[in-house]
Amino acid sequence: MSWPILSVVTFLPLVGALFITLVRGNDNLAKNTARWVAMWTTLVTFAISLVMVVRFDPASAEFQFSENHPWLGVANYHMGVDGISLPFVILTTALMPLCILASWTSVQKRVKEYMIAFLVLETLMVGTFSALDLVLFYLFFEGGLIPMFLIIGVWGGQRRVYASFKFFLYTLAGSVLMLLAIMAMYWEAGTTDIPALMKHGFPLGMQKWAWLAFFASFAVKMPMWPVHTWLPDAHVEAPTAGSVILAAILLKMGGYGFLRFSLPMFPSASHDFAPLIFTLSVVAIIYTSLVALMQEDVKKLIAYSSVAHMGFVTMGIFAGTTQGIAGGIFQMISHGIVAGALFLCVGVVYDRMHTREIAFYGGLVNRMPVYAAIFMIFTMANVGLPGTSGFVGEFLTLIGTFKNNIAVAFFATFGVILSAAYALWLYRKMIFGTLKPAVASIGDIGLREAVIFAPLVVLTILFGIAPKPVLDMSAASVAQLLDGYNKAIAAPKTAELTPIELKGGAPVLIPVSAVR
Amino acid sequence: MYQAIVFLPLLGAILAGLIALAGARARFPGQAPPPGLEDNATDAHVHHHAPSVHGDAGVIHHSHHEGDSHAVEPAAAGSRTAELITTTLLMISMILSWIAFVQVGFNHVDARVPILTWIAAGDLKIEWALRIDTLTAVMLVVVNTVSAFVHLYSIGYMNEDPYRPRFFAYLSIFTFFMLMLVTSDNLVQMFFGWEGVGLASYLLIGFWYHNPEANAAAIKAFVVNRVGDFGFALGIFALFAFVGAVDLDTVFAQAPSLTGKTMWFFGYHPDALTIICLLLFMGAMGKSAQFLLHTWLPDAMEGPTPVSALIHAATMVTAGVFMVARLSPLFELAPNAQIFVTFIGATTAIFAATIGLVQNDIKRIVAYSTCSQLGYMFVAMGCGAYSVGMFHLFTHAFFKALLFLGSGSVIHAMHHEQDIRHMGGLKDRIPYTYTVMIIGTLALTGFPLTAGYFSKDAIIEAAYVGHNPMALYGFVCTIAAALLTSFYSWRLIFKTFHGEPHDRKHWKEAHESPMTMLVPLGFLAAGSVLAGLPFKEVFAGHGVEGFFREALTFGKDNHVLEDMHHIPLQIGLLPTVMMAIGFVIAWHFYIRRPDIPVELARQHDFLYRFLLNKWYFDELYDLIFVRPAKWIGRELWKKGDGWLIDGFGPDGVSARVLDVTRNVVRLQTGYLYHYAFAMLIGVAAFITWFMFSAGMH
Repeated sequence: MSWPILSVVTFLPLVGALFITLVRGNDNLAKNTARWVAMWTTLVTFAISLVMVVRFDPASAEFQFSENHPWLGVANYHMGVDGISLPFVILTTALMPLCILASWTSVQKRVKEYMIAFLVLETLMVGTFSALDLVLFYLFFEGGLIPMFLIIGVWGGQRRVYASFKFFLYTLAGSVLMLLAIMAMYWEAGTTDIPALMKHGFPLGMQKWAWLAFFASFAVKMPMWPVHTWLPDAHVEAPTAGSVILAAILLKMGGYGFLRFSLPMFPSASHDFAPLIFTLSVVAIIYTSLVALMQEDVKKLIAYSSVAHMGFVTMGIFAGTTQGIAGGIFQMISHGIVAGALFLCVGVVYDRMHTREIAFYGGLVNRMPVYAAIFMIFTMANVGLPGTSGFVGEFLTLIGTFKNNIAVAFFATFGVILSAAYALWLYRKMIFGTLKPAVASIGDIGLREAVIFAPLVVLTILFGIAPKPVLDMSAASVAQLLDGYNKAIAAPKTAELTPIELKGGAPVLIPVSAVR
Repeated sequence: MYQAIVFLPLLGAILAGLIALAGARARFPGQAPPPGLEDNATDAHVHHHAPSVHGDAGVIHHSHHEGDSHAVEPAAAGSRTAELITTTLLMISMILSWIAFVQVGFNHVDARVPILTWIAAGDLKIEWALRIDTLTAVMLVVVNTVSAFVHLYSIGYMNEDPYRPRFFAYLSIFTFFMLMLVTSDNLVQMFFGWEGVGLASYLLIGFWYHNPEANAAAIKAFVVNRVGDFGFALGIFALFAFVGAVDLDTVFAQAPSLTGKTMWFFGYHPDALTIICLLLFMGAMGKSAQFLLHTWLPDAMEGPTPVSALIHAATMVTAGVFMVARLSPLFELAPNAQIFVTFIGATTAIFAATIGLVQNDIKRIVAYSTCSQLGYMFVAMGCGAYSVGMFHLFTHAFFKALLFLGSGSVIHAMHHEQDIRHMGGLKDRIPYTYTVMIIGTLALTGFPLTAGYFSKDAIIEAAYVGHNPMALYGFVCTIAAALLTSFYSWRLIFKTFHGEPHDRKHWKEAHESPMTMLVPLGFLAAGSVLAGLPFKEVFAGHGVEGFFREALTFGKDNHVLEDMHHIPLQIGLLPTVMMAIGFVIAWHFYIRRPDIPVELARQHDFLYRFLLNKWYFDELYDLIFVRPAKWIGRELWKKGDGWLIDGFGPDGVSARVLDVTRNVVRLQTGYLYHYAFAMLIGVAAFITWFMFSAGMH
């Protein structure tokens, strides 16, 4: 490999952003230039990232496309992807052009700055998934918040200040703790190199609190119950493309963090804290599904359903089984596509009517049949209907968890019923019924919108019928991750491994009743 | 050939779907959204658009009766093409299915057609594959035959509907999912078909989306089915946890080694196989509308009548029965689960029949009858007489589809009137429909030599000789239900076709349906008579082993099929006697002395209301499930998220912070800079610290 393909994918958007800063003026020509530059930059980035897919060797669990250069004295510029991170990189680069396209007409204010924010965001997101050095990771991970924060704060809805403030408080609290843990890890291991740290084997005592520190940050990102309340507000206020990125990629950073740091670096702690994760996941699935049932705002409903779906992810990741982890990764990819698409669906009607109130809409199928069909496909994927990508992730995480803990899988499966209830209720209220006079003149999706949805529809169904490409891509890395995890938890306490006769059950229900 | 059988309907569905979308598109061309307005311009924009109502679609649709809602709109472009494509493809599928039936059932050529790897993760491997054995072949014939006739029938029945391409796309996609279900080689593919037919059912029940009741019924059907699927999914998970595979061959091979194993279940350690079977059966209860999960089926009658015939009588609702038959190697090893199956089946048989006695909607009577007949099938399954249950499934498909399509013909003739109290005397106006309805009723009530006679009596006999402790209960319930069935079926016939017309105007205008509707009726009527005797040996006689071979498993101690041939004569005659009694009572009540039922209802007002309101199950579920879920959802949202988490979390903290900073910084910009600043400080501190520590090493 002669050229640093990973760095090119990471920093090409930044180059595009610099290019846009050179554009002068604020007229329509400047706006269009900014749009087209952003469009082409993201498209080329996506094309190059596809080259990575072709060149990637799925049989190897090693980091590929590695680049390692001295930087900052201690920390190195170390980049690389394996089967766990590559899917997220591709998801990011694939969704970006769609987001630019979705913002084509709906954003008219400060177009240049908007496009710059998105391009910078892309660099930071791709960097987060491909950084192999803790310092580098931290910079990308935390840096990603700034453009997102600006996107909500500048181009957001009416309560954007409140939302961005909430976003800020939560994430800051988490990241401070993570920073402390990162320092301690360097102190302990003498390096910030992630592959080296994965092999290091931290002492048990340190694993515990370092795990908790990372957990604080990732749990907020996921978001897990009870630190999820920033998400509905952030989604509601964010512009459409911001919501898409937030749901599709920023949330995945938490899950990715668990897979990259918590499980391989602190396996014993992960094992010990798994009941905590299970409890929070199950509470999230049931609690937020019930809350989603009562929402009056479309975006809030989808946001709450996102929290529930992320509950399946965390549950699967910590189930300690191949199916659980593979399912967790797949669920994240699938949710990226489906939730992203659902927010785009909301964007379509929001662009026309400028309200997100469910009760405002009704009978849209009478005027927007194509839109109704598309919305139906994503609703079904959200419900986890077999044949859509949503099913594969949910199914794998549940079947993986059941092997380990029956009670958790049992309660989590209730989410299957509840998701059907809230998703179909939403669909009925907005799409079916007689056309409400207020939306009587609404028009069906145009060509630009059709171009946005087409790839998402195809992927949702394709990954539902043949999810193999994604599962294969991560299989070797998942196997290696699980191998290390099992060895680590087998070493100190062999006694605890035997009871596959599934403990648990009791702790799950307590928090629900405690909260009321 | 098997790929063709399964995928031709899918092809039809896709083509019809594209035609539907293209037609809809032509009607409402796409429109780019107005260029973005900045955030606060919202209200003005909305009002600007509001007055320009086009009025071409909207308030016109208000009828409660099916089908009335489309007089205004023209038919979608390509309606005829879509009809012809889907119907032709289905006809081809049907013919191929009958060939397959002969090939597999009588020439003993089983097949397994692998298609594609679906999911592979660790030791879990799931393939798309078609499994063709006799059980599948029977279902292929049932599904494709009924579906082909329903397609044909719908050309006439839906003639006035503007959205026919969409309707036919739904019908065909349903058929595809159903075929995937019955050809499944593993439990997850079965689950795919299972949920897929649920989706198709949802779409078809809600086909007339202007009608709020249809929408509510559609959601109810999907969600109640999901409750069943909750069990089905857990059953699959449990099987995987124990067997390490979900494909049928491995599961069946491993099943004997599971006997005696227990699994953890909330502090208890029950027999694993029993739990697995019960969980899987929960799915069957949902799909087949059995007692406790039956509430969606009557409501599903909001859908167009051909849908009721295809999905809610002949095919989808029998999926649960098929599933138990398919999993007979498991159920044979779990006698306790079989007891439960018998209990639920028997209870449903009698329970649904009691409700059917007093209903007035012609389709709901038939729907409750379906529910009750499905109960019969489960009684056979629970008693281990799997082939007998399949026999009834097979015959029932013909005469129940006939009854539904016949009812559709009546409804069509009566201008979408469904209440039998407004009918009467129709036998002179629509004699052809009358005749086929009589044939269907004879078959349903088990009149000697009709199809239902053989299969239904076989079930009652199987219950009589069954070994499990619930078999006697099953026998009593089914024999009693036989009387009730006869009564409500003849009540329907008498009130609809005999006596004085109650609605003169509609009666006068009543007309026989077009040929596309009458031809399928004729074929199904023939099936209702002929599907019994020729197949009796292979389903319920001595030919079972040779016919089904490995498709069904009978345990060593399962002699039900043999014992059935040695029952006392009076038991054998009992169902026929019951049928006769039911007929006589119905005749007495509705022909000879029509005042008696009115008087009875008045005297036993409570009982009458109890039955009329379907044992108040809807109200009960609303009270104990729906309302609490909504209440909890609202409380968790407002109090949990709003008061507790936000109140003590970010809002609480921010309130304190605000107290301090209120007078210092303008809020809007303050947070942005704060955050960037904090971030910078963090990074700076971090780097500084590195420099120092690096120096120290």
